[in-house]
Amino acid sequence: METIAQHPIAAALIALIGLALLFGALLGFAAVRFKVEGDPIVEQIDNLLPQTQCGQCGYPGCRPYAQAIANGDAINKCPPGGQTTINELADLLDVEAPTLDEEHGEEADVPTVAFIREDECIGCTKCIQACPMDAILGAAKQMHTVIADECTGCDLCVEPCPVDCIDMIPVSTTIKDWKWELPAASHEQAANLIATDRGRGQSQQSGEAA
Amino acid sequence: MELIKVWDIPGGVHPPENKHQSMVEPLGQIEIPPQLILPVSQHIGAPAKPIVEVGQKVLGGEVVAEADGVFSANVHASTSGTVAAIVEHVVPHPSGMRDTCVIIDTDGKDEWVALEPWEDYTQRDHDDVVKRIRDCGIAGLGGAGFPAAVKLNPRSNHTIDTLIINGTECEPYITADDMLMRERADEIVAGTQILARLLHDPERVIIGIEDNKPEAIERVRKAAEGTNILVVSFPTKYPSGGEKQLIQILTGREVPSGQIPATIGVVCQNVGTTAAVYRALRYGEPLVKRITTVVGEALEQQRNIEVLLGTPVHYVLDKHGFNEKKASRLVMGGPMMGFALPDTSVPVVKTTNCLLAPSKKELPPPEPAMACIRCGMCAEACPAELLPQQLFWYAQAEDLEKLETHNLFDCIECGACSYVCPSHIPLVQYYRAAKGEIRQHRIDKEKSDRSRRRFEFRQERIAKEEAEKEAKRLARKKAAEEAKKKLAEQKAAAPADAKPAPAEDADKQLAKLERLLASAQERLKKAEQPLTDDATDEQREKQAASIKQAELKVSEAQKKLNEFKASNIAKTSENKPASDDPVAAAIERAKAKQTMAPEEKLRASIESLQKRLEKAEQKAADAEADKPDMVDALKQGVAKLKEKIASAEKELAELAPAKSSASKEDKTSSTPDAAQAAIERAKAKMSMSPEEKLRSTLESLYKRLEKAEQKAADAKAEGSDKAEALQQGVDKLKEKIASTQQELDEVKPSTVAEETPQDPATSDAASLAIEKAKAKAAAMATMSASDKLRNQVDSLEARLEKSRAKLAKAEQENDDNVDAFRSAVTKLEDKLAATREQLAEHE
Repeated sequence: METIAQHPIAAALIALIGLALLFGALLGFAAVRFKVEGDPIVEQIDNLLPQTQCGQCGYPGCRPYAQAIANGDAINKCPPGGQTTINELADLLDVEAPTLDEEHGEEADVPTVAFIREDECIGCTKCIQACPMDAILGAAKQMHTVIADECTGCDLCVEPCPVDCIDMIPVSTTIKDWKWELPAASHEQAANLIATDRGRGQSQQSGEAA
Repeated sequence: MELIKVWDIPGGVHPPENKHQSMVEPLGQIEIPPQLILPVSQHIGAPAKPIVEVGQKVLGGEVVAEADGVFSANVHASTSGTVAAIVEHVVPHPSGMRDTCVIIDTDGKDEWVALEPWEDYTQRDHDDVVKRIRDCGIAGLGGAGFPAAVKLNPRSNHTIDTLIINGTECEPYITADDMLMRERADEIVAGTQILARLLHDPERVIIGIEDNKPEAIERVRKAAEGTNILVVSFPTKYPSGGEKQLIQILTGREVPSGQIPATIGVVCQNVGTTAAVYRALRYGEPLVKRITTVVGEALEQQRNIEVLLGTPVHYVLDKHGFNEKKASRLVMGGPMMGFALPDTSVPVVKTTNCLLAPSKKELPPPEPAMACIRCGMCAEACPAELLPQQLFWYAQAEDLEKLETHNLFDCIECGACSYVCPSHIPLVQYYRAAKGEIRQHRIDKEKSDRSRRRFEFRQERIAKEEAEKEAKRLARKKAAEEAKKKLAEQKAAAPADAKPAPAEDADKQLAKLERLLASAQERLKKAEQPLTDDATDEQREKQAASIKQAELKVSEAQKKLNEFKASNIAKTSENKPASDDPVAAAIERAKAKQTMAPEEKLRASIESLQKRLEKAEQKAADAEADKPDMVDALKQGVAKLKEKIASAEKELAELAPAKSSASKEDKTSSTPDAAQAAIERAKAKMSMSPEEKLRSTLESLYKRLEKAEQKAADAKAEGSDKAEALQQGVDKLKEKIASTQQELDEVKPSTVAEETPQDPATSDAASLAIEKAKAKAAAMATMSASDKLRNQVDSLEARLEKSRAKLAKAEQENDDNVDAFRSAVTKLEDKLAATREQLAEHE
């Protein structure tokens, strides 16, 4: 006690160094104990991407693009994801949401799936090798066909086909996956306030209850 | 009569009820329509599978489409007829889309399959009862179309303590359930008892009816007398008829978000469903008809009718005097939750409780939406206690995540918020759209996850294949290397056996090399034979080239021989220390002595004797000092040694004359060796001269050309296929000769001046030239500029003269090189002229 009272500066130094060592050890332990494997941000970005693996962004698949985004690439290179994906990515990364970079393709209005005109197929297996989803079934010299449920509509099988028997056909909405449309924005509806304009935009406002 | 506490629900609205119009007339019936359209999907869940064929006769009550799994319901023919088609047809759905329908052309006979009435339905087994309910295709008639049988088999962890029969019918205009309760209260009560028994008699069985249906309440109460069924009436408020709302009103319990009522021990069924269950059990009647309210000012007649399922809407409307011009639209369901029909060809289905054909005055088109003024009335009206305003913002912004966190999926789409909105914002439409968006998003997410898994699996598979290929490749490579190694080992083993052999017959090899050298020397001699005087320049050149070649060969042979000898000596000397046997060493020394010349032997012996003498004398001197008794003996030894030396010297002197003559012989024999060395040196240096090189190549090319021409000629004579190829070869050779000749010509002029008669045996032209040049350079360094120039002029003149002489000779002999000589002469003339000019300038 007496020595501490006699050498206050030395005592303070010892105390500080002791604390520094203690916390250093704690932090070191925490770093080892709670080590995060991999890059979680890449995982999160990858989860937002549409996983079409189409390569339109210029990377060989969605994950490489996720990696590239994590490394600072633009987030507007994914046409299959479209604006929704861009917005989600912007949210996640806390940046301004840009519009889709048209250079990489346009956002399709309707999703498409590949369809093989089966009597024209010569069974070359080229599309099978090109398909990143393993969504094409067939064998050499046998007719191939697309498993429509697994097809992401990435287009990659169309180009290698030597007889051009693959079409990208739009997925038609069935009664099961039909969904209500958003009503016209309120400012558009406000335009109908003028009595003579009424009736122009009313066909869209179907039998909704009053 | 037990009293029960009735709870209140939050929010809710009180729209005009408009229920009286359809209750004026009693329950009506309409004729069988000429065609029935039976959609396979009239319920929630998997669509039924059509089991009839086109053209097939069907009777009333016959199953036309079978339930596909538990979560599905059978579809029955409502009357007898023929299956006209199984096609995609417009169905009652807000999308106005088509779905699979079984279309039956009715025959008007209304023949039925034999039904199986159960008199003792109250005694029937639980499973049998549930099966019959399922077989009869009973789905919720309240509006959602939930397969009834599913609700009657609650999960084992759900203990049902309350059964609620929903007779609320809160939505304006609709009176179908009211009419049913008035007309068939006993059926409802009987059905309720069946359901209660199926659910193992829950503590409370309640039939809940809004207080705006006093007649229905009275009838049902009357029918329920003597049972444990509670008939409860409660204040009218929209939307108390919602399942969750009704449960809350009657039990005070709230169904947790995202859960079913069974989790809080409640099962809820519609009164229509209850009656249908009774009819199914008692009479075996499948669900083929229902009571529907046909109402609206656009109709002449407004009432409730019992209608066959599948009856087209236009048929029903026609029967009620539908005035299309008067109608603002056509709605299936009530004004709050119903949807506009795009087409009147759609059929009446299990969930059709109302067909509303309002006039424009009755139900005006919605007002255009205006901006939200944040009045908060929607939040007050919401029966689910949501925040409609917030949901509206998020739906507009398509912020799906926020919508979900604000419990969008608890919205029952009752439309109360839209109803109260002063800005006429179609809020429910936003929520429906947002819900669809979220569902789609979930489906997409699921699909993308599956895609990712598939893609990753594919990547893995490809990587694995690659790794396997790589492994195979490596294995092959390794195998190849091992095979190579083995081969090398075998080879190494073979030379190990073979090596001693050459070592053993080193003598043979030596002989061979000596023979080689001899033949080379022979050839050289032949080449050196002087040519006859009339030999041409060409011949001389040829000779010179052949001499060079011969010399080269000789030197090579010499070198090889020397190397071999050296290596042999090294070997033997290496071998010697290995056998450090003193005897062998002595023998070796003796052999060496034997091979020594006698003179040398003598000298060596004299030397050794002298050494011994020295030692002996020293010993004698030492002994004189130390051991006097041994001195005599030592002195004797010294004397003997002296004698020996003397005799040896004598012998040596005798040998001397012979030795001198022998040395002479040695000298004569060594001269050829010296000459040989000189030749070697000369040849080595000369081979460096490009002109010589070119000449020799030219020489060999001529030889090859000769051979090639001969071959070509032979081939031509034989008419061989190769003739052409050979001719080509000849042409190529000629070309090569020409180019070599040219090169030679270019080289020649520069060397012509220094050219001296080539005599390899006597002198070395190249080194001479170098020495001359060196001397010249040394002289030039000391000379004045004009002297230098003068010297240059002199040398150039000399060279010019020589060149001219050569040219003249060549012209005489029509040599191929005439042109080259000529150009060399002109060049020299030019150079001479230039140098003279320079000289003139200097002087």
